[in-house]
Amino acid sequence: MPLQLLKEKNRAAVQKVTLGATKEEGGTRTHTITIGGDAALPFHHFEGEIPHRPVVAMEVQDIEPDWPDALKKCFVDVMKEPGRWAEKCVKEYGADLIYLKLDGADPEGANRSVEDCVAAVKEVLQAVGVPLIVVGCGDAEKDKEVLEAVAEAAAGENLLLGNAEQDNYKSLTAACLVHKHNIIARSPLDINICKQLNILITEMNMPPNRIVIDPSIGSLGYGIEYAYSIMERTRLGALQGDKMLSMPVLCTVGYEAWRTKEAVAPVSDFPGWGDTEERGILWEAVTATALLQAGAHLLLMRHPKAVALVKENIEKLMVSNAY
Amino acid sequence: MALTGLEIYKQLPKKNCGECGTPTCLAFAMNLAAGKASLDACPYVSPEAREALESAAAPPIAKVILGTGDKAVEMGDETELFRHDKRFNHEPAIALRVSDALSKDEVLSRVQSINDLSFDRVGQHYTVQAIAVTHDAQEPEAFVQTVELVAANTDLNLVLMAEDPAVLTPVVPKVAARKPLLYAANVNNYEAMVSLAKEHGCPLAVKASGLEELAGLVEKITGLGYKQLVLDPGARSLSRAVADFTQIRRLAIKKRFRPFGYPIMALTTSTDPLAEVLEAVNYIAKYASLIVLNTIAKAHLLPLLSWRQNLYTDPQVPIRVEEKIYEVGEVNENSPVYITTNFSLTYYSVEGEVESSRIPSYIIPVDTNGLSVLTAYADGKFDAEKIASVIKKLGIENKVKHRTLVIPGLVAVLKGKLEDLTGWKVLVGPREASGIPSFARNNFA
Ligand code: B12
Ligand code: SF4
Repeated sequence: MPLQLLKEKNRAAVQKVTLGATKEEGGTRTHTITIGGDAALPFHHFEGEIPHRPVVAMEVQDIEPDWPDALKKCFVDVMKEPGRWAEKCVKEYGADLIYLKLDGADPEGANRSVEDCVAAVKEVLQAVGVPLIVVGCGDAEKDKEVLEAVAEAAAGENLLLGNAEQDNYKSLTAACLVHKHNIIARSPLDINICKQLNILITEMNMPPNRIVIDPSIGSLGYGIEYAYSIMERTRLGALQGDKMLSMPVLCTVGYEAWRTKEAVAPVSDFPGWGDTEERGILWEAVTATALLQAGAHLLLMRHPKAVALVKENIEKLMVSNAY
Repeated sequence: MALTGLEIYKQLPKKNCGECGTPTCLAFAMNLAAGKASLDACPYVSPEAREALESAAAPPIAKVILGTGDKAVEMGDETELFRHDKRFNHEPAIALRVSDALSKDEVLSRVQSINDLSFDRVGQHYTVQAIAVTHDAQEPEAFVQTVELVAANTDLNLVLMAEDPAVLTPVVPKVAARKPLLYAANVNNYEAMVSLAKEHGCPLAVKASGLEELAGLVEKITGLGYKQLVLDPGARSLSRAVADFTQIRRLAIKKRFRPFGYPIMALTTSTDPLAEVLEAVNYIAKYASLIVLNTIAKAHLLPLLSWRQNLYTDPQVPIRVEEKIYEVGEVNENSPVYITTNFSLTYYSVEGEVESSRIPSYIIPVDTNGLSVLTAYADGKFDAEKIASVIKKLGIENKVKHRTLVIPGLVAVLKGKLEDLTGWKVLVGPREASGIPSFARNNFA
């Protein structure tokens, strides 16, 4: 008796979102990157097309961040210059995209001016040819100003800009509409809020294929399982035809992983936990790998070695397993 | 799919004699469907009906046990494809390889390192479950010797990996009492392997090349009357393994396809140990019940075992600690008082750091239904009123002379109100628990 495999017939697919724009398209990127389009659960090539592999963006900041030494030592020579930092990520460490976080804008911190923030974005655009993701510092007032200026200054580049949140999405959506960028819709680990926010943003006439979901993940050991389940449910919703859950998903892996104790605690304090460096790299890489199985499309990461390992894992998962 | 009461009723004798303890066959059928009765209670069921009902009433994935005693691990017995539907039951067992091509000293030192693999973090204790002895040497005797050496030096479970029954046969009797997993029956050797496994009551791995072959082979083996099985579809590339494991799990659960109703085992193939860990992360996510690995480095296993624990938690009920006054170290009336929530992860993150501050302290986890600091705050379960009432209720004022509380940095906004409500001074602690030791040194040393 021949074996009857069980292949799900999915009604719909994840939206495709294209980031970046080449010269012909009005930007200056050397190429664009498309994410999403999956017509099946993650890496189920056997029952639906997975046209685009998940990608990794490496994080760069506009001011030298207070990162653990394990990270800093990979970027010591470039951390004061976002352009060179980005270049190193792309050329040396194989980043698919650059994720520029404008932490310097924070009024409670360096409180850099809008002009300085825009200059940092331009510097990075000059330095690398890959598409760019830009997010603000998290202060709603300041981010409004900064991101509007960035959107305008980088008009045509088809950036991915964030973060839009439920109680604060209008000005960023408007800026992305006017200057033709994509938007990150961030919700607090809640599938209903995620959906609601997508509805609000699309009601302002933003096409769904210009939205990327940030579900707010937890790191390995610190709530990752909640993110895992919410992402699985989001993907199932998309495949069943729920348009407002059908956007590709990004995960703030580097930020979450590197603030855990396990990623940084010295072996002298925790002899039972083994070598610090490899533990930290794996804390980030395991977080990313687990979330890939839940449907992540775009991973925002920090450590070059973790990036390399995760990209290799993605390659292996993208080999067709059709029967 | 479980049978409905009516479907069961059709198979019953319909005598309504009441000997089963319920007045009618229909009522008995309803009880069976609800899992409240056992078929054995009816003396009149026909053998055919018994067969039909038992296979349909059996769990979709059999429970198979590796080992004996308190180290025994249950594998399989899963009912879900997605953890958000219902908790996954049995964390996959981790087995670490020891090759019989190693020297005696190498074996001993590797076994020693494996025995030492256990981890404590945030109130959880993680361990590995087994040692897999692999037959890579030329001479069969090497296998016997290595298995004996390993067995004598560990109380972990054993997986015996030599596909040749001639190599396994002499060694199995020596360790049979520990119920090792025998690896593996294949299309060529299955009759010998089944009789070996049967004779000693050991679980048996079934290895095939591909799902089709696996289904056929399992049917032959169950036809020989053996059902303590673990499935290896033979996939040795990550993508193929994810697909095969998914099909096995789906067919077992959604179609009740009996040949696939057993736990799955995965064997890693990556040579780089960090890549191997990532490979295994996928297998944990995608339904493996047993994973055979090479790396034995602590820094590699801690992340992997953390992922396993995270994935297998109950999605409905967060792990929590009791709301009470906890004492860390030799406390006295001057000891600092830290406020946190009763989400186990949150509490133990704080406890660990308070401990390493080396300043004896009290910790009070407020019952937030097991929510973390910000989640509870956002959900209205961790506000100034709540904290004030809990510290009153627990009577911390009778244990300390001072009147100072430390609250998590993430909820600094509660400071003013909490001071008003309690009359205590409120110190805003760091945002991450890792900042507690230096915070404590600055404030309390
Ligand atoms: C997992 C998670 C959930 C899980 C809950 C898990 C749980 N058991 O708590 C679920 C999915 C259920 C959830 C739900 C919600 N969540 Co939630 N969730 C998270 C997530 C991803 C991680 C939280 C976590 O577990 N952290 C780990 C623990 C250990 O951290 P912690 O408790 O804060 O403890 C640390 C520190 O505070 C410190 N600390 C703790 N105690 C003390 C004490 C002292 C004295 C000191 C000094 C330090 C200290 O030590 C710990 C380690 O550093 C965060 C985002 C993120 N990545 O952080 C959002 C987050 C907390 N959630 C958020 C929200 C809004 C919600 C919801 C209200 C959404 C909604 N439905 O409207 C719901 C409400 C809850 C509900 N009704 O179910 C927001 C909170 C926003 C805010 N600033 O108020 C966050 C920050 C996400 C976001 N970016 O918006 N969430
Ligand atoms: S004992 Fe059997 S035949 Fe009698 S009532 Fe019960 S189910 Fe029916």
